[in-house]
Amino acid sequence: MLNSSEPVFVAGTGIISAIGNRVAECLDALENGRAGMGQMHYLQSAHSKRLPVAEVKLSNEELAQLAGLPNIKSRTALLSLVAATEALAAAGIENIKDLRTGFISATSVGGMDKTENFFTGFLSDNSKGKLRDVINHECGSVTELVADALGIKDYITTISTACSSSANAIFLGARLIRNNIVDVVVAGGTDSMARFTLNGFNTLMIVDEQFCQPFDENRRGLNLGEGAGYVVLVSDKVAATLKNKPAIILSGYCNANDAYHQTASSPDGIGSFLAMSGALQKAGLKPEDIDYINLHGTGTQNNDIAEGTAIKRLFDPHYPKMSSTKTFTGHTLGASGGIEAVFSVLALQHGIIFPNLRLQTPMVDLPFVPERALVKNVKVKHVLSNSFGFGGNCSSLIFSKVES
Amino acid sequence: MYIRATGNISPQKTFGHQPLGEAVAYTGNRLACIEPDYKVFIDPKQIRRMSRIIRMGVAAAMECLQEAGVKVPDAIITGTAYGCLEDTNSFLSKMVEFNEELLTPTSFIQSTHNTIGGQIGLMLQCNNYNNAFVHRGFSFESALLDGMMLLKENDANNVLVGAIDEITNTSHTILNRLGLYKQGPVSNLDIYKTKTKGTIAGEGASFFLIAHEPSTTDYAKLDGLHTFYKPDGITEIEKQITSFLEKHAVSINDIDLIITGKNGDAGEDKIYEQLGKTVFDSKDTVDYKYLCGEYPTAAAFAMWLAANTIKAGKLPAMLNATVSTDKKIDRVLIYNHYQGIHHSLSLLSAC
Repeated sequence: MLNSSEPVFVAGTGIISAIGNRVAECLDALENGRAGMGQMHYLQSAHSKRLPVAEVKLSNEELAQLAGLPNIKSRTALLSLVAATEALAAAGIENIKDLRTGFISATSVGGMDKTENFFTGFLSDNSKGKLRDVINHECGSVTELVADALGIKDYITTISTACSSSANAIFLGARLIRNNIVDVVVAGGTDSMARFTLNGFNTLMIVDEQFCQPFDENRRGLNLGEGAGYVVLVSDKVAATLKNKPAIILSGYCNANDAYHQTASSPDGIGSFLAMSGALQKAGLKPEDIDYINLHGTGTQNNDIAEGTAIKRLFDPHYPKMSSTKTFTGHTLGASGGIEAVFSVLALQHGIIFPNLRLQTPMVDLPFVPERALVKNVKVKHVLSNSFGFGGNCSSLIFSKVES
Repeated sequence: MYIRATGNISPQKTFGHQPLGEAVAYTGNRLACIEPDYKVFIDPKQIRRMSRIIRMGVAAAMECLQEAGVKVPDAIITGTAYGCLEDTNSFLSKMVEFNEELLTPTSFIQSTHNTIGGQIGLMLQCNNYNNAFVHRGFSFESALLDGMMLLKENDANNVLVGAIDEITNTSHTILNRLGLYKQGPVSNLDIYKTKTKGTIAGEGASFFLIAHEPSTTDYAKLDGLHTFYKPDGITEIEKQITSFLEKHAVSINDIDLIITGKNGDAGEDKIYEQLGKTVFDSKDTVDYKYLCGEYPTAAAFAMWLAANTIKAGKLPAMLNATVSTDKKIDRVLIYNHYQGIHHSLSLLSAC
């Protein structure tokens, strides 16, 4: 039975990223302006000296220890398990065994980090290459490693729509609750650094050789990052049973397609505009109700003008505060929607707006400027989070604080 | 909800909405799709830029929309376990071979898992919902459930749902090394007689237009879908099947035909054989993977087969090998499992 007006609560959050291995560490870095980019340390790449990246500051061995998985598994799975475990623990659902629980994970790279190793041997002789390096290549295989470790089996799936993947995973989770298919969902995404994606973005000539400057007139491109971010969504009924009744809901969501180009955004950002306005409509909100936009804000010429133009069309003249937290975490691709959903929840919980680091010259074609410094003690009731990806895939989520 | 139209490219003659003929026979452990003349559906300039799986996906989707008489669907949802393997392989091989130098972006761009859904959206100038599921043996079922929910939520009146997976030389070599396929000469028509380990590789692109409201050209009603993951043995499987039927207020005796996912692997087929002695006992049952081969989204081929069987009211000639029945087929249950991990049930009935 569908209950399309049922509130879906955020009961727990979990993150691992270049700025911290837990939510609290990430919050501290966000409040103190500590970005996670630096010289490549863990990924082995021919571009290691030239391209800065935002790596999680743990080796695979250390991550495996933290996750409790063998370190032969894909880094994507290790990151996922660390963040999803934190989210579930934070939710503190004591009777979870009696509930229908789902795991909806998103990834763009899956087990590619291991497949790359396999191919080195395989290409010279196709009877070579360790099969254990290719067996978890599939995106869904990474999800299953984590679901099995978490003991979740009632509903499991994987979404891969490039950089909007985990935003789509999160709102699919909410819809599964409203359709009475599950009671609890761990939803979000994961991506590890891989030479495949680094080289892919490098061929598109949109990787910045310096630290990225989203929404700056002189922006040069993006920095790749890695990490995982998950929210635990619960039904109204489950929320009522929790000791700490959750105060944040996923109030709005929408996916729309730019239908302009396989990788580039349309000049007027039609897909972004439709995603944001669709999410507002779903939430029953007006543009002026939004207090903060967590921008997609990759730092590429193309994204920032398209996203900015769409925001201008929808919000003018009531511009909310805005920032791109990719200035801290880099662009974590399939994980970004999950990580930024957690940041949106933090903004609501703590009444803070995160800075858009390194913004020097505001874009001349846009009538607004993202926040350059941390804003504290501010009323934040509704946050819009944008995630846009290849294939014209545009998704927006709205998180709202409910009065208790 | 209703299945209004289909488009299917497979190792059988399934494309072009021709009358369905006899099963096409193959020798060897790899069945390749019979590809149509793409020029009818796609601009030749674009065809050249597309890899094989993108062409197959786009053409199957276009044929489906044409049959439905729908120019722009309210949503486009795809499922693929492996994604665009040829493009992935191409970029990865060059990257390793040239030590991360001299690379071009095309194959990287097209390796993204939502490429086919994105391309369809682009060709149709469709700004609506567009999603891509990549969960192994659940990829198609996840896409279908998403579409069914969109219809229920009144966020769409019609949804284009499809599944696409390809075999490439590389993937076939690797999956062969993993022991998935039969060794030695084998005919697809005889895979159930071999009683040996391994199956035969398959691939396909199957699209469906599902809609909230009936039309005069519908294939079938889509009554239900259920998936379950890593069941604890045959007892749980039986329980899942029974409760699925109960939920839809249908008795096993109301089912005219069961389509099961037997793939010729002696170990994996045990589940179906055991069910044949219990919940599926003395029911008319047909298998389909000798037609399309085994692949993670093969259940989409089964759905196409079920929809066509219900529309015609009788078994198509390509299923001649298994059951002969004169009674009209109005209700079909599909039960499929992939490697014993991903199990799905679908229920279809006549409109």
